[in-house]
Amino acid sequence: MTTTTPAKGATSGALVPEVTFTIDDVEVSVPKGTLVIRAAEQIGIQIPRFCDHPLLKPAGACRQCLVEVATPDREGNLRAMPKPQASCTLEATPGMVVKTQRTSAVADKAQHGVMELLLINHPLDCPTCDKGGECPLQNQAMSNGRGTSRFVDVKRTYPKPLAISTAILLDRERCILCQRCTRFSNEIAGDQFIDLQLRGARQQIGTFDPAVLGFDGAGTASLFAGADGDGQPLTRAGGMPERDVLSGPAGPAETDTSGRPFASYFSGNTVQICPVGALTGASYRFRSRPFDLSSTPVIAEHDANGSAIRVDHRRGTVMRRLAGDDPVVNEEWITDKDRFAFTWQSAPDRLTTPLVRGEDGELREASWAEALTVAAEGLTTALDGSGVGVLPGGRLTLEDAYAYSKLARVALRTNDIDHRARPHSAEEESFLGHAVAGHGIDVTFADLERASGVLLVGYEPEDEGGVVFLRLRKGTLAGRTRVFSVAPFASRGLERLGATLLSAAPGTEPEVLDAITGRADGDLGAAAEALSGGLVLVGERLATVPGGLSAALRLAQRIGARLAWVPRRVGERAGIEAGTMPALLPGGRPVTDNAARVDLAAAWGVERLPATRGRDLSGILSAAAGGGLDALVVGGLDPADLPDPDLALRALDAAFVVSLEVRASAVTERADVVLPVAPPAEKPGTYLTWEGRPRPFPQALTSTALADQRVLHALAGRLGVDLGLGTLAATHAELDQLGGWDGARTPAPHAVYPEPPAPGAGQAVLATWHLLLDAGRCQDGEAFLAGTAPRPVARVGAELAARLGVTDGDQVTVSTEHGAITLPAVVTAMPDGVVWIPVNSPGSAVRPTLRVDAGAVVQVAAARPATDGDDA
Amino acid sequence: MADELTPRDQPEPPALAGETGGFTSQLPTKGWLGQMLAPVAGFGVTLSSMFKPTITEQYPFEKVPTKPRYHGRHQLNRYPDGLEKCIGCELCAWACPADAIYVEGADNTPDAQFSPGERYGRVYQINYLRCIFCGLCIEACPTRALTMTNDYELAGPTRRGLIYEKADLLAPMREGMLAAPHPMAPGTEDTDYYRGQVSGPAIEQVDWVAEWRPEDPTIDAARQQAEGSR
Ligand code: SF4
Ligand code: SF4
Ligand code: SF4
Ligand code: FES
Repeated sequence: MTTTTPAKGATSGALVPEVTFTIDDVEVSVPKGTLVIRAAEQIGIQIPRFCDHPLLKPAGACRQCLVEVATPDREGNLRAMPKPQASCTLEATPGMVVKTQRTSAVADKAQHGVMELLLINHPLDCPTCDKGGECPLQNQAMSNGRGTSRFVDVKRTYPKPLAISTAILLDRERCILCQRCTRFSNEIAGDQFIDLQLRGARQQIGTFDPAVLGFDGAGTASLFAGADGDGQPLTRAGGMPERDVLSGPAGPAETDTSGRPFASYFSGNTVQICPVGALTGASYRFRSRPFDLSSTPVIAEHDANGSAIRVDHRRGTVMRRLAGDDPVVNEEWITDKDRFAFTWQSAPDRLTTPLVRGEDGELREASWAEALTVAAEGLTTALDGSGVGVLPGGRLTLEDAYAYSKLARVALRTNDIDHRARPHSAEEESFLGHAVAGHGIDVTFADLERASGVLLVGYEPEDEGGVVFLRLRKGTLAGRTRVFSVAPFASRGLERLGATLLSAAPGTEPEVLDAITGRADGDLGAAAEALSGGLVLVGERLATVPGGLSAALRLAQRIGARLAWVPRRVGERAGIEAGTMPALLPGGRPVTDNAARVDLAAAWGVERLPATRGRDLSGILSAAAGGGLDALVVGGLDPADLPDPDLALRALDAAFVVSLEVRASAVTERADVVLPVAPPAEKPGTYLTWEGRPRPFPQALTSTALADQRVLHALAGRLGVDLGLGTLAATHAELDQLGGWDGARTPAPHAVYPEPPAPGAGQAVLATWHLLLDAGRCQDGEAFLAGTAPRPVARVGAELAARLGVTDGDQVTVSTEHGAITLPAVVTAMPDGVVWIPVNSPGSAVRPTLRVDAGAVVQVAAARPATDGDDA
Repeated sequence: MADELTPRDQPEPPALAGETGGFTSQLPTKGWLGQMLAPVAGFGVTLSSMFKPTITEQYPFEKVPTKPRYHGRHQLNRYPDGLEKCIGCELCAWACPADAIYVEGADNTPDAQFSPGERYGRVYQINYLRCIFCGLCIEACPTRALTMTNDYELAGPTRRGLIYEKADLLAPMREGMLAAPHPMAPGTEDTDYYRGQVSGPAIEQVDWVAEWRPEDPTIDAARQQAEGSR
């Protein structure tokens, strides 16, 4: 890790002067501007606190951190401040003398007093409280409070708990008004879904009450009434007390497109930082106590950010996941998807034994020995026929991807391997070989918040990135970074970044990129200026735009910006580095380069490697469907994610399929041999972030499930090849020995862009991307999380809406000759003739239904019958 | 850093092998007669016990009652209206030095209210192969749900059978109690239960059970009780 940890105080580049002062008679020197509470931490003095959080701005809200302070006056005489001061808002000054509760009776008494006040209205229902056992209030009430209460009056009570969203519950009685949650929403995520309301004893955290603010169709935060056995939140509330009148709202709410107060993608972080049990997670409600849990620090599997998380498990079952603390990647924040979506790994359709298709055409359980033999026989037959294609899928660890890569080249003697289970192109392949593979860590998370300008192309940082969004927002809020985005419209995420939209209809992105020059006026010129020395972040979606990636490379070179490719899935970068691509070998070695092949063949101890470039995913699938490939080895991928799901299913039906899967899927349904593999919690491995940063993680749960690499090693053994990848250690040793490649790279792509499509009457160009929370298979079984997903809508520009005669909320149908998707319309400022729908949300499965992708021309019409207002 | 040795780093003086190292016995030293008789003094105890009455308890044919505070099998108590006292907080499991208790909490829902308040113990197990009957769990219980009975007959042929489930530990229904789940007494909060202000089932609770579980055997007695206390 050479790149990121900045030297102490080096953020501004200049050396920050030190100040020297004393805490509890210990002299300490800290950089100017350091808070007293931080300085005390450095010398191991713990001052009790609630509202203070190192990543949030000081608030001084709880007053628990009071200390006695004296400062020298102009003559240098020490003068005591008349009252104890909050050490979390107090900057150290030279010569200051601080006495904490350890040496000062005044500070100690003040802290006891504050604690007593905090506990006056606190219910102290620790036995029912989910925070019990890991509660800072419990702990500090013991260490810095009175042993017994002197309070004899009736406590203020509220009905509880309020369901702020389906995933987050609020118990207002327990809240100590530290405002960590609201400060997080404001300062970090930027989606204020709760705020402080009312005054005095009634002051409380609350949602924005729609009954008063008059949102259409919004629901009042309701009392949580428990959940069904399958995790579905109950909506019935019989027998529960009515919501009280004290929960009055204040302030304007930000709403999502459905008119609900917006449910944040980052709301789970407030549960983790709430220092009491006021905010709790619905899915972890009453499930365990800290002492039941074993914790394993691992890496989240949901996106290419590789966020550090902690898995808490009890008796072999994952109970919850928390954000880990990793300053170089995700700081202390993760998305709700990383936090809550883990039930897929233990879903009821989890595969535990190998399956083999019997004589009767049905899958039946088989032993590993039998399944591997049948698989090897089938593959051998195919090798003698027209060959085998390999589709590893985009969610693998580096070790697993490497095993796929080696299996294909050594045992299956082919370059027909492609992990890109999504729309892709030949241009993208050259781009990845040229600008990504073998480049190590270049652009990092820390660069995101330090860059002068960041251009996003084909990339929605909030929906497709998660914590990338938070880093960008940190930079923009600090005034360092300006964000530009080439996109059809400014999403809520872009708005919260204060991003400048360089509006582009799908397909016209290369034109816009080429227009960003120093000579251009307006936003394009401003972008060119900010981006010189800045960053260009391209998303995986740009592969669907012919000429897009070539234009991005040109742009980066022209204006002197660094380029980073940010895919969605966690295994994309690992696949590229491991060479699970038709023209790439491990380490960015081009397949068509003789020297590279010889180098690798020597390392692998084989005579020669297949020299012709292979087919990409679409090529493999067409070949398999048309009899050009006899067998497929398929990893974890969902045919619905592929560019042509129908072709994929036909290919899977036609070929002999060996499927390595965690759960039963559309692939295993059609497979001839199914080999169950371990989900991330049950195997160790290494993810690569989009930066290229290795993120090794240990195995969290005890399990006999095998990682893909071990299964592939065994399978290769049956094919008479020793892959040498039976253990993680062996794989690491081999990867280390293999090293990088400093020879020739794949040349840069120079694709020209065609004329963008011109939609006729009743038509529009389709824009589409994934929402963070959608109908993906990795969010299965988590009803609480699904309830916070934004409602899928169809976005149309004002002109198109007028032509169609629709307004917000009316149903719009987007169709091709294959199918139709009908969603409520939202009129959005975007180029005319463009319609946007989410790729894979409930009711909007673009690829299986429409069988087209972004940039295609689709039919758009107002849905009949016209809505009459009651079916929103 | 390396110049000065902290007291911890300094080598300890070597232990004096073979010496008592300042040890002095606290036992009173015996006189010369005592020292002479010491080898046969043990026989005195043996001989004198031959003339004492024998005590043999004829267990299991005769069961002698224990002392009232004997630590026997645990029991999960109920409130007078039949709701369980256990709230599934796991404090007993936390207190247990033998790790004998396993608890899983769950939500009380409007259609399945087992205890007053938000939370109840969905799974409750005590492993009597582990329990040392120390009673720390009883002290930890915040609602007095867990107490100990005087039942000491805890043996069995299987390990599994000695893990007592919630159903084995729950106190029997007293006459007039209404079987859980059912809603809390109307107008009460969990604190009213903790303060002992609920003295028996209310007619609304009986009606609720009669509507949802008409075949419940406790309804009639509970109805009488509820009507009697009106
Ligand atoms: S927030 Fe802490 S002190 Fe308050 S009830 Fe929960 S565990 Fe107890
Ligand atoms: S809900 Fe928690 S984080 Fe928010 S103000 Fe209250 S105590 Fe603080
Ligand atoms: S009596 Fe002691 S050993 Fe037995 S369950 Fe209770 S705490 Fe554990
Ligand atoms: S921690 Fe200082 S006021 Fe809250």
